[in-house]
Amino acid sequence: MNQQDEQVLTIYEKSKPGRRAAVLPEAEVPEPPLDKLIPSKLLRSEPPRLPEISEPEIVRHYNRLSRRNFDLDTGFYPLGSCTMKHNPRLNERVAALPGHARLHPGQDARRAQGALELMWLLQESLGEICGLPHVSLQPSAGSHGELAGLLLTRAFHADRGEERTKVLAPDTSHGTNPATVTMAGYEVVKVATNERGGVEMDDLRSKIDGEVACLMLTNPNTLGLFDENIAEIAALIHEAGGTLYYDGANLNAVMGHSRPGDMGFDIVHVNLHKSFSQPHGGGGPGAGPIAVSERIEPFLPRPQVVRREGENGAEPRFDLDFERPKSIGRLRGFQGNFGVFVRSYAYILSLGADGLAEASETAVLNANYLKARLAQGRAAERLPVAFDRHCMHEFVLSGKPMKKELGLATLDLAKRLLDFGFHPPTVYFPLLVEEALMVEPTETETKESLDAFAEAIEQILAEAEQDPEIARQAPYTTPVRRLDEVKATRKPVVRQPLG
Amino acid sequence: MTRYTSATEADRAEMLAAIGVDSTEELFEQVPGPLRLDRPLGLPAGMSEAEVHERLAALAGRNADAEGEVCFLGAGMYDHYVPAIVDAITQRSEFLTPYTPYQPEISQGGLQAMFEFQTAMSELTGLPVSNAGLYEGPSSVASAGFLAIGATGRRRFVASRGVHPHSRETLATYSVGFGAEVVEVGLEDGVTDPAALADAVDGETAAVFLQSPNFLGAVEDVEALGVAAREHGALLVVAVDPMTLGILKPPGEQGADVALGEGQPLGNRLDYGGPSFGFFCGTEELIRRMPGRIAGETDDVDGRRGFVLALQTREQHIRREKATHNICTAQALNALAAMIHLAWLGREGFRELGELLARRTAYARERLAAVEGVELLHEAPVVREFAVRLDAPVERVLERCAERGIAAGYPLGREYPEHEDGLLVAITERRTREQIDALADAIGTAVAAEAVTV
Repeated sequence: MNQQDEQVLTIYEKSKPGRRAAVLPEAEVPEPPLDKLIPSKLLRSEPPRLPEISEPEIVRHYNRLSRRNFDLDTGFYPLGSCTMKHNPRLNERVAALPGHARLHPGQDARRAQGALELMWLLQESLGEICGLPHVSLQPSAGSHGELAGLLLTRAFHADRGEERTKVLAPDTSHGTNPATVTMAGYEVVKVATNERGGVEMDDLRSKIDGEVACLMLTNPNTLGLFDENIAEIAALIHEAGGTLYYDGANLNAVMGHSRPGDMGFDIVHVNLHKSFSQPHGGGGPGAGPIAVSERIEPFLPRPQVVRREGENGAEPRFDLDFERPKSIGRLRGFQGNFGVFVRSYAYILSLGADGLAEASETAVLNANYLKARLAQGRAAERLPVAFDRHCMHEFVLSGKPMKKELGLATLDLAKRLLDFGFHPPTVYFPLLVEEALMVEPTETETKESLDAFAEAIEQILAEAEQDPEIARQAPYTTPVRRLDEVKATRKPVVRQPLG
Repeated sequence: MTRYTSATEADRAEMLAAIGVDSTEELFEQVPGPLRLDRPLGLPAGMSEAEVHERLAALAGRNADAEGEVCFLGAGMYDHYVPAIVDAITQRSEFLTPYTPYQPEISQGGLQAMFEFQTAMSELTGLPVSNAGLYEGPSSVASAGFLAIGATGRRRFVASRGVHPHSRETLATYSVGFGAEVVEVGLEDGVTDPAALADAVDGETAAVFLQSPNFLGAVEDVEALGVAAREHGALLVVAVDPMTLGILKPPGEQGADVALGEGQPLGNRLDYGGPSFGFFCGTEELIRRMPGRIAGETDDVDGRRGFVLALQTREQHIRREKATHNICTAQALNALAAMIHLAWLGREGFRELGELLARRTAYARERLAAVEGVELLHEAPVVREFAVRLDAPVERVLERCAERGIAAGYPLGREYPEHEDGLLVAITERRTREQIDALADAIGTAVAAEAVTV
């Protein structure tokens, strides 16, 4: 059936009084009226209006919904800065083992030795990959890692009796960076980008002073370019007494080839849901562990997973260390997104040292190949690459000529790609490139899928030369067509009205 | 070729030729020489799938999990039964592997699931607006602090000592960044001391934080306690255990401005603490200050019903430093699991489960209180968790229970030095009467043995 013809009902609209799925166990204990146990003023008068629906209908409902999603297992997903690489099912299987999945986070450390050892091993692995010796797995996503990084920076300065007010970030930075700066109580100061796509050194120098707490940088940056001046940038920031923060969203470009710690960074976050294959889940879960230098270590969140050497030949023991007097404290409950740690550790074990390096190498090869393909044909003129040099794992095109010459906005191209069965690249980011398209193919795509994507772009541009209106009205084949997002913001309907 | 790539030697040669370089080395030349790693990473070589499985199964085997032990641990995460359809649906590629739904035309499944989830959480909490989820419980509490600062222009928080210690600590961690101060109010007979709370709240208070049931399991009189917040124009933020909301009065009917909490009990496994999700609901007035993603209903150009991410102008990818929060990747799949679990329980089942928890917990509490050397730590009403005092060192008692295959509870002394002798016992629908009886017996025996040796 054409999905567009399907009548869309919510699960509440399929509800019918008297239907149900769950059968609960017998109470087996005395069953006094509820108000004998809890004063009636604390009880609700009627249960929440959850759907009343049978199990087969729940399954059918969500299966049908699932078919209205595009997903990575179905097609190419060249979403820049998101690293949509294959999600190995082995990782799902090992994460679901009862020893992982049904382990209570309050379990005594002595009876959770396998989990703590796994966390310790993951810490060690990430430390080695990042070139920084100390790791906290606590942050729940990249943005949470960023917040941890700035709170660590604040604690680091406070420990030296300083309070600084500013954080520098390039104009190409991810939106999470400035948002984090605000949450951490700093003021963000933008640094310009030079003609090669790196940090504009004169602008940086002019903005460094004693108030600068930190520079947040992504390297390779969001243009997919490695900043060649990174050593000098690090020296400048360190001389001024600041810390250097590495947004690890782009770590997939350099694993086993170059390490943020060796570049001079103090704090790095790692998106386990990007470089380390945790599935994105339609918007999470992820995890954003941080790796830090020696001088930042005392301030790491607590508890910290530690290995305590055994005495007299005894086995080492793993433990949660709460005795960290300079710690910034907790960033969340319990020990972090452990299920994500299991998957990412399985991924690291599967690939090993060579495999990780080869993954990054192939990611860079795929990106440069796709860039080369898009430098041929119509895309060469209509969608020029924003900075014409070899890229790392992603690159940015500008749709400015396409818009001017064909009247086709980047958004139109993106929507037309949907009809060709592709997820579009990241659009309108980074902000300094007009009509930007940010393309990250990842290492797990075949040459054939890259070719097919380039072909689709070529076809769309050819079609637009004849009739740009086709793309302007796209998509046509998706479960719904362009949606009124303005209405959803002006008059938001964010829940189902019931009864 | 690594296992998850597929570029053959022939592919590579063609691709390099198209790029116009001789080797991938040339592509990495933009990395200055001294910064290139001149050795392999100090990690083991890759392993076969079977070997990885064995290695991780061996690690898993060294954990005492709730499959092998009878688990009375709670403290915010609970050993509920997760129905099979949750796994079956959340493991579908179409839910497991997409990115955040920035392209709504091809993300209707995920967006509609968010909308259904928001509706469910709104129903549970009695507040009109729900987001699509945050990381987990304690960081959601801290996020409410940031919202309260924006809404009131004040920078002082008052938090009950009944709020989960991890939440209070997380709020304190974040508050250093917010430039805010956190004042704590103590408990009296297991619940927040109303007089102390009234004293602590003033015209500088941005938000009052309560939790119900609180960390000791006691149901708080949120309505009465909230008066102080209302009088001084502070927001009332209430952390709730979603699994109790089939029977407890929803915070929205008790004057809460924000109701939030740890979502794990709904459809999410224990996973040694995560991933789960946080939920976050608020009043209409707060909708433009909400953190995280929110799905909204709209129409497409042909008038078909559809869903999009609404109010994106709050979010970091649009508003950058002026965003209401920095959150990006959150917990969409975990929220979907919750929605499936809630649909499976259904309106009646959800209430029945709440009643079952309350009755079994009442039984367990009575059973334990009758044991020599055990007394109730408080007599306040409870739903699914309660606290007792032991006449013997708690850690020793737990050790003895563990030898009998029982994880007897969460030692309160870890976070409440004033309750060094306290034990928090949690009940789920998986804990049978027989297991509760065995717990009472194990604790009784252990206390008797340890009390003698003290």
